[in-house]
Amino acid sequence: MATSLKEQPLKRPPVYRNIHVSDLTTYRLPAAGWISILHRISGAAMFLLLPFAIWLFDTSVTSEVSYEQFTAAFSTGAWMLPGWFLKLVAFALLWAYLIHFCAGLRHLWMDATHDVGLEFGRISALTALALGTIVAFAVGAKLFL
Amino acid sequence: MSTSFGSRRLVVGAHYGLRDWLAQRVTSLLMALFTIAVVVQILLPGPLDYTRWSAIFARQWMKVLTFITVVALLYHVWVGMRDIWMDYIKPVGLRLALDIFTIAWLVGCAGWAIQVLWRL
Repeated sequence: MATSLKEQPLKRPPVYRNIHVSDLTTYRLPAAGWISILHRISGAAMFLLLPFAIWLFDTSVTSEVSYEQFTAAFSTGAWMLPGWFLKLVAFALLWAYLIHFCAGLRHLWMDATHDVGLEFGRISALTALALGTIVAFAVGAKLFL
Repeated sequence: MSTSFGSRRLVVGAHYGLRDWLAQRVTSLLMALFTIAVVVQILLPGPLDYTRWSAIFARQWMKVLTFITVVALLYHVWVGMRDIWMDYIKPVGLRLALDIFTIAWLVGCAGWAIQVLWRL
């Protein structure tokens, strides 16, 4: 009996670690994981694009002359950047805002109801992703097409 | 309120975690209110030209709401960006530099936005 114990292969407990950046290509995130990291990425992106957002606000409301400048930026471009690129950046800003908004509402809902089960996490994450994306494309199409 | 002395003194930190957590949620609700106010006024019938667009922000109650939103954004983004730096940036010096950059960036942007708002 004593020898059989020794011959048994050592059973190692599973190791859980934070994933490393290099794992990203093979690691499959669940929907709740996607909305979580997108919440963060969209927040950081909006932080960096804040001066651009305020520039849009500034030129669009200050005067009719600046309003012309605002609309011209998306057709002829500004700061040596082409118009289509600024449209793309504005669309990214819009998408980031809506994803962040929906993910934030999801958080507030979970805080208020303690509805934090696996199934709710999955469904609400997919809903937030879909809603943010659909509205972004709808508004983007109305603004730019 | 927490006691800072005696046998009932607080020994588990400054509790700014709870304050920031709550502040992030309260500010998010204020900004959501602003978002809804803007979206509703955009969706009202009629063409959206310069006159109508700028008139939305020229009303006094919208100016107040926009001002509140700028201040709420300042705090909200500070909490969020500091979380990001705390999660990924381990060297203290670099983290401090990024914290300072974040504050300067945010205060600069908020000042600009308020300046735009004030001359409407």
